[in-house]
Amino acid sequence: MSVDVDGSRYVDDVEPRTLLVHHLRERLGKIGTVVGCDTSNCGSCTVLMGSADGEQHSVKSCSVLAVQADGTAVTTIEGLAGPDGALHAVQQAFHELHALQCGFCTPGMILSAVDLLRDNPAPTEAEIRAGLSGNLCRCTGYQNIIRAVQSAAAALQGAATAVLPSEVTV
Amino acid sequence: MTAVVEPAAAAGEVGAARRRKEDARLITGRTRWTDNIVLPGMLHLAILRSPHASARIVSVDVRPALRQPGVIDAFSAADVADVQGSLPCAWPVTEDIVHPVRPPLADGFVRHHGEAVAVVVARDRDSAVDALEAIEVEYEPLTPVLDLAAASRDEGLVHPDKGTNRSYTWIFDSAQAGTGTDVADAAVAAEVTLHRQYIQQRLIPAFMEPRSVVVDPGMGEYTIWSATQIPHILRVFYALLTGVPEHRIRVIAPDVGGGFGGKLQVTPEEMIAFFAAQRVRKPVKYTETRGDSMLSAHHGRDQIQDITLTATRDGTLTGIDVKLVANMGAYLGLVGPGVPILGAFMFNSIYKVPAYRFECVGVFTNTTITDAYRGAGRPEATYAIERAMDDLADELGIDPVELRRRNWIKAEEFPFTTVAGLVYDSGDYDAATDKALDLFDYAGLRAEQQRRRDTGDPVQLGIGVSTYTEMCGLAPSRILGALRYAAGGWESASVRVLPTGKVEVVTGTSPHGQGHVTAWSQIVADELGVAFEDVEVLHGDTRTSHKGLDTYGSRSLAVGGVALVEACRKVRDKARVVAAHMLECSPDDIEFTGGAFRVRGTPDAAKTLADTAFAVFAAHDLPDGVEATLDADATFDPQTFSFPHGTHLCATLVDTQTGHVTIHRYVAVDDVGKVVNPLIVEGQVHGGVAQGIAQALHEQAVYDDSGTLLTGSFVEYTIPSAADLPHLVTDRTETPATSNPLGVKGVGEAGAIASTPAVVNAIVDALRSYGVDDITMPCTPERVWRAIKRGGAS
Repeated sequence: MSVDVDGSRYVDDVEPRTLLVHHLRERLGKIGTVVGCDTSNCGSCTVLMGSADGEQHSVKSCSVLAVQADGTAVTTIEGLAGPDGALHAVQQAFHELHALQCGFCTPGMILSAVDLLRDNPAPTEAEIRAGLSGNLCRCTGYQNIIRAVQSAAAALQGAATAVLPSEVTV
Repeated sequence: MTAVVEPAAAAGEVGAARRRKEDARLITGRTRWTDNIVLPGMLHLAILRSPHASARIVSVDVRPALRQPGVIDAFSAADVADVQGSLPCAWPVTEDIVHPVRPPLADGFVRHHGEAVAVVVARDRDSAVDALEAIEVEYEPLTPVLDLAAASRDEGLVHPDKGTNRSYTWIFDSAQAGTGTDVADAAVAAEVTLHRQYIQQRLIPAFMEPRSVVVDPGMGEYTIWSATQIPHILRVFYALLTGVPEHRIRVIAPDVGGGFGGKLQVTPEEMIAFFAAQRVRKPVKYTETRGDSMLSAHHGRDQIQDITLTATRDGTLTGIDVKLVANMGAYLGLVGPGVPILGAFMFNSIYKVPAYRFECVGVFTNTTITDAYRGAGRPEATYAIERAMDDLADELGIDPVELRRRNWIKAEEFPFTTVAGLVYDSGDYDAATDKALDLFDYAGLRAEQQRRRDTGDPVQLGIGVSTYTEMCGLAPSRILGALRYAAGGWESASVRVLPTGKVEVVTGTSPHGQGHVTAWSQIVADELGVAFEDVEVLHGDTRTSHKGLDTYGSRSLAVGGVALVEACRKVRDKARVVAAHMLECSPDDIEFTGGAFRVRGTPDAAKTLADTAFAVFAAHDLPDGVEATLDADATFDPQTFSFPHGTHLCATLVDTQTGHVTIHRYVAVDDVGKVVNPLIVEGQVHGGVAQGIAQALHEQAVYDDSGTLLTGSFVEYTIPSAADLPHLVTDRTETPATSNPLGVKGVGEAGAIASTPAVVNAIVDALRSYGVDDITMPCTPERVWRAIKRGGAS
């Protein structure tokens, strides 16, 4: 199989049963993508996948066989920032708004949010909550994640103002 | 306008909403989870687990597995009988506690579903898992003991050789302790008596990162990476349990993906991986699946609580009598027996009550062990007293906030010695409550509730109150000793000043999401006048941090942070001497202001820490007798606990036709004392409240009649998603702790302690007119609906 991951091409022989997430982690060294469950509930393993020259959408890489990724392009959390290291607006917003604590769910959460904002550039709070309901976080109670996605949405739209951490007393 | 509120650096780092240093790696995938570790020649472990809750192991034959491709080794208890010993319990709460042997690999009997029975070591994970199927185990199933109440009456025995399921009985009686009067007298004199039984359902901590351990046997020195909260404690137990000298064991907790108490354990898997590495003399890795984790990582809560309040007609509490039955699971965990005992000091909560008695029986059942889960004993206690206070308010026809106000300790009464014998140093329950009521619009919501009642609205509104305190900053070593805990409760910090004035801090705390690197940097920046960016914080590796007691019990800042301050002040004292020498004055004439050492009265004559650091490094001209270092260590052992408090208010909308509960409004006002980083504090409250709501509404570990765990994955064990949780309104009041120089109290557990009773009180309050006075958690739509139909407790 051949797959482009974070801008590099990888050609490998894989066992038919190998899951994409294990291929990414164990063969390609893409250890930024993690495994949090074995029932595709938690979304920690979420990556973006699509055609090499077209749109990518979020998939749970534990629910994709590696061979199904043959011929596709995949973006993991390690490839989301720009080539110069500039953070994606969603990454930046997660940092600014304290949308992560232990950080284990964060790669999947960020990539799901990126996909959500491509489909819906100006989501309401309810739409964000529904849109991220396939990604579980045990630390944050999601509140700052919601704020971060709102803030990133505003930033991506070039808005002059963004969400403030309104309840933080500084 | 920028997207961020810039930290007020000029006003000091402590108190500023600094963005976390930890984030840079975590948001870009450059992480160091234990499962990421790959070592040359590393092999992989898989563990065969018991399908039975209780069975005699007739035979185990691992030989067929050895013939499977890629398999290097396979073993069961018989192969490690000489070395495996018993997993530790560090908190034998009574002298005569029944403490059964708990071998890492089941030996002769299995006593819960998921107990480890046999092991395969193979070249890769898949080969190891595949080969498990070849292992032949013959079981003779026995009747499991599952019902907690029946188990407490010894109806069937988990450990027949012990003759009882009752591990211990622990009693506190204020009359005997001299901290109060006799509950029996209070009962006789009572104008009002309220008895309730509440069920604390079994929960699963469900940290997002599954546990993982890598053991590298090296050349006689073992290096162990583990997804643990307690690298230091784990090292001690590795030494005690394996006989390998402690100085030849290095434990590293790299990035750890959440714990919530669930990684406060010395696990069978950690020991099994050690034995495997010893046997094959190569590095081995074990990473659990989520299914393994649900079965094998310890569970939490699981108590039957009987609570009796006595009071006068005007609502003055006269006594609290508590009887607990606490499910230990099949064995005793590391601190499992002590968990309900931490609650023993909290049933009286913020209330002035003259008489108190607490009795807890720890009971074995054929289930996964229970142990610390966020709050550990204190959420259970807070739930019972706060549920009971709402019920008492209803019985007396007094507003639940007013009832509490009549009983709580007033701000001017601190320090206050409680009926449980603790000295609360500070607090202001009126201030926190008044702020919460205001944010909540209590009067407006009560009016809305009345309107819905009057119109017979099928969607009823309820208001739940929870005014809580907790004991944090675990813990004063003397008190731990008196409670028969095996270790102390101090914490350590080392501060190293590098020649260029940069600072390395070594802390004995072990963060796994709490942001210690950021918060500790803020503390050091203020204490030493260095830039936030110029501080590095090292943790979680016993080679760099040989001394520490790790992270749990909201202790890290209140104990470890204080140790850090004390170490910084020692550094400052050393630097002051050097600065005085450089400025040609007496150290007594030097003051540390504006981040530099200045000559009193001549503030322009100043030396920074960096100036003194280089002078010490060069050491060309040090005063006589001054060592060429500014480094300092400190160990802080608190004299008392710290006592965060607050008021949480919840409004629920309950659809009486479907039983569906919606959280309509949630306000949390917490007083955690001084705050180092408000962003981190707010995040801790959010996460804690979410877990408490999850207990109220969503989560329960369920076993079937055969002792099979039915909630063995995230399909059945439904931790809430973003779509399941409400927006939270959070705010703070600030009453500094007087028991430590930082004035801090701790925040890690507060949200989980306060929120559960607030939510359930709100549901019951919505349905009191339907005759409902309790709903057993989790308050799922089905349970709520049945309670409405029954017109009483579910």
